[in-house]
Order: sequence, then structure tokens, then C-alpha cells
Amino acid sequence: MLGGLRSIIARDVRLSMRRRGEVLNYLVFFVIVVTLFPLGVGPEPALLRTMAPGIVWVAALLAAMLSLQRLFAADYADGTLEQMLISAHPVGLIVIGKMVAHWLLSGLPLTLLAPVLGLQFDLPQKALAVLTLSLAIGTPVLSLIGGVGAALTLGVRGGGVLLALLVLPLYVPVLIFGTGSVGAALSGMGAGAQLSLLGAFLAISCVVAPWATSAALRVACD
Amino acid sequence: MTTESYPLGAQAGSHGNWLMKYAAPQAFFPLAGKMIPWFGTLAALLGAAGLYVGFFVAPTDFQQGEVYRIIFIHVAASWMSMFIYVVMAGWAALGLVLNTRLSGMMASALAPTGAMFTFVALWSGALWGKPTWGTWWVWDARLTSELILLFLYFGFIALTTAIDDPRRADRAGALLAIVGVINIPIIYFSVQWWNTLHQGASVSLTKSPSMATTMLTGMLLMALAAWMYSIAVALWRVRSIILERERDAAWVRELRGQE
Repeated sequence: MLGGLRSIIARDVRLSMRRRGEVLNYLVFFVIVVTLFPLGVGPEPALLRTMAPGIVWVAALLAAMLSLQRLFAADYADGTLEQMLISAHPVGLIVIGKMVAHWLLSGLPLTLLAPVLGLQFDLPQKALAVLTLSLAIGTPVLSLIGGVGAALTLGVRGGGVLLALLVLPLYVPVLIFGTGSVGAALSGMGAGAQLSLLGAFLAISCVVAPWATSAALRVACD
Repeated sequence: MTTESYPLGAQAGSHGNWLMKYAAPQAFFPLAGKMIPWFGTLAALLGAAGLYVGFFVAPTDFQQGEVYRIIFIHVAASWMSMFIYVVMAGWAALGLVLNTRLSGMMASALAPTGAMFTFVALWSGALWGKPTWGTWWVWDARLTSELILLFLYFGFIALTTAIDDPRRADRAGALLAIVGVINIPIIYFSVQWWNTLHQGASVSLTKSPSMATTMLTGMLLMALAAWMYSIAVALWRVRSIILERERDAAWVRELRGQE
């Protein structure tokens, strides 16, 4: 069973690495969005420092949003997804594998890049660490909940905008706890509470999202 | 993938389960038609009574003056906005579990009414906020989560209208409604917490120490009126949905032949 999971992850990662440009595009998008904010609100360091967690997190949500569209789309288009659904492996496992691969290629690089962007906003070292940690816990949630949206909008007209409409409201708790943890670290309070809540949300998503995504994929391939 | 089973209602008649009998759109259509006038009349009567109590009987609030009378619409609308989403998710879950066609139709019939009440709650809240708080909008926990609720309704409506196949639209919408209803309490509490973190002196809804009983009566009457109205309108809408989806069925053609 775990072998199946591993091969799904390896397959998805390999397929994406064959088109490295695509993976890189989301990262560049993330950096550009973050860069636009100082140009929009002005260069005062104090203002930017308080805004930094929110900016980085919103940009992360948008970047995840864009990359989610390719989570199932290619496999759905060429019929691979249908074969996966009728294979002997449990659908939930396949879904988890694809979500892990998605996170490895979108959430993880984004998390690794975030401290550099945080430096641009003059975040102190402690806050940088918390920002990175919050992204490390929070971005898997984006892949998990986003997977539900991606499965629901498979092959639907105007799927891209629809996906954003469905998923962004559900991302609200991640955004709040993610930015809240950095804010708490900046103001000298411990970030532990917010990070724990973020972890709790991750745990709930791990239970609900694979189930909902499998059901949605079955509906889409019916 | 799954065998497209006939709705349970179609065979359940012989089992003698009267509830399942009405799960068939064909059986529910005339029943809904008979119920609409009752609920509609109740809504009109309760609404008239509630408005009368609210605008003529209830005393003027000594702090807020006449402005407070907006709550007679506002409170009823915000209660219904949340309640309808839960009912919608309940129908959605029922539809997924029992594979009844009517459940999905009920969920889609409820969504526009829920979105309407959410919008009314936000709008009337803004109208009340301007004279009372001096601003149309504050990022208060309640306001923000109500706004997100509106987005959830929009998402549900957008998803179900974007999918052409009605059965697929129903099931996809059902899944979304269930995921949404799990998320609503989390969103509510996270927003509440975010609000206390960010806002020093938070504006809270003024809690009047003891509400005059006439005010409470007016509010309850209006809430009941909104409830009855929602049922009547949802039934009305579900009748249209049934007709639209079953337009090729023999019984609908017969119905058309009669008229």
C-alpha cells in the first residue's frame, strides 16, 4: 500500500520536473506579488514590517491557487485518472499521494523562499523563523483543501476562477493563524498558540480533505 | 462508476414508507404545490404582525432612538442566513447518503434564499452601523464571518450552475456544502480571535441590559415570518427545478396536456 503511495508521489514529481518551467513560474509569481506590495503602499520600513506576514501569506494563497489547477487536470484529460480510480489502490491513498507531490512542488519551495522575502521586509530573525514554520505547517493545508476544490471543478467551464471562488473562503483560518503567529512573534508574545491551532487545522484537513476529494473525483469521473 | 440507481422514492411506495414516497419528485411536486399557500400565508401574517409590533408597538430605544428598529429585519435575516446553510448542508448529506434526487434539488432551491438573507443581513447591518457606530463597516468578527458566509453561498451557487449535468452538479454541490459546514465554526472562531488580536477597542454590539418584551416579540415574529417565507420560496423554486429537470418525463407531459 505504501509502495503505491510512493510510486504516485514519485510519478507526479517526475512528471512535473520534466517541465521545470511550470513549477518555477509559480515561484516567480509568488515573488512578484510580494514585490508589488511595497510599490503599492510605500517604502516605510515600520509599515512594511507589520504588513509582511500578511503579504507573504496572501501571496502564498494566490500561488497555491494557481498551481492547484494542474493537480488533477492533466490526468483527467488523458484518462489516467479514471484508470487510477478503478485500480486496486484505495482512492484516498492516490489522492494523498497527489497532494503530497503537489505540496513538494509548490508549498515546500515557497516555504524555503519565504525567509528571503521576509528579509526584504526587515523582519527580525525570530519572526523569520516563525514565518517559515507557519508556512511549513500551513501550506500542506492549502494543498489538502485546494485538492477538494480542484476535484470539484474538474472539467467545469471557467474552472480557474471557480476554483478560487470555492477555495479562498475556506482558506481564511489558515491565513488568520499563519499571519497571527508571525504577528505574535513580532509583538514579543509566543507564537506557540497560533502554530498549534494551525497544526490542529492541518490534522482536521488530513482527515476530511482526502475523503471529500475522493468523493469529488468519483463524481467527476462518473 | 457507481450504478445509477433510481431514486429510492420510486420503489419505496410498496414498502409503505410515506416519507420515502415523497422523496420522488413526481410525488413531491403536488405536495409542494399544496403547501406553498399555507406557508406563504403564514409568512405574510407573521410578517405583518411582526412589522406592526416592531414599528408601532415597541417603544423607542432610549439610547439609539428609532434607528434600532432595523434589528427587526436584521436579526431575522442573519438568523436565517446561518440556519439555511446548515439546512442546505443537511439536505446535501441526505442526498449523498440516500441518493435521492429531491435532496439535491432542495439544496439548490435553498441557496439563493440563503444568499439573499445574508446580503440583507449585511446591508441592514451597514444601515444600522452608520448612525450608531458612525461607520458603514467595521471588521468585527460577526460582520466578517457573515461576509465569508456570503462568499460560501456564492461558491455553492457558482459551482452548481457551472456544471451542466444536474446529477453531477447536485453531488458536487453537496460535497462543497458539507466541507463548508465543517469549516463555518472554524472560520467563525478564527475570525473572532483575529479580531481581538488586531482591534484594540473593539466595537461590540450594544447589549441592552434587558430587552423590552415587545421588542423580543417583534423580533421573534419577524424570525418566524422569515422562516415561513424561506420554506414557501424554497418549495416554489424546487417545483420549478423539478419541472425543468423532468420535462421529458411522462407525468410532466401529462400535466402539460391538462393545461
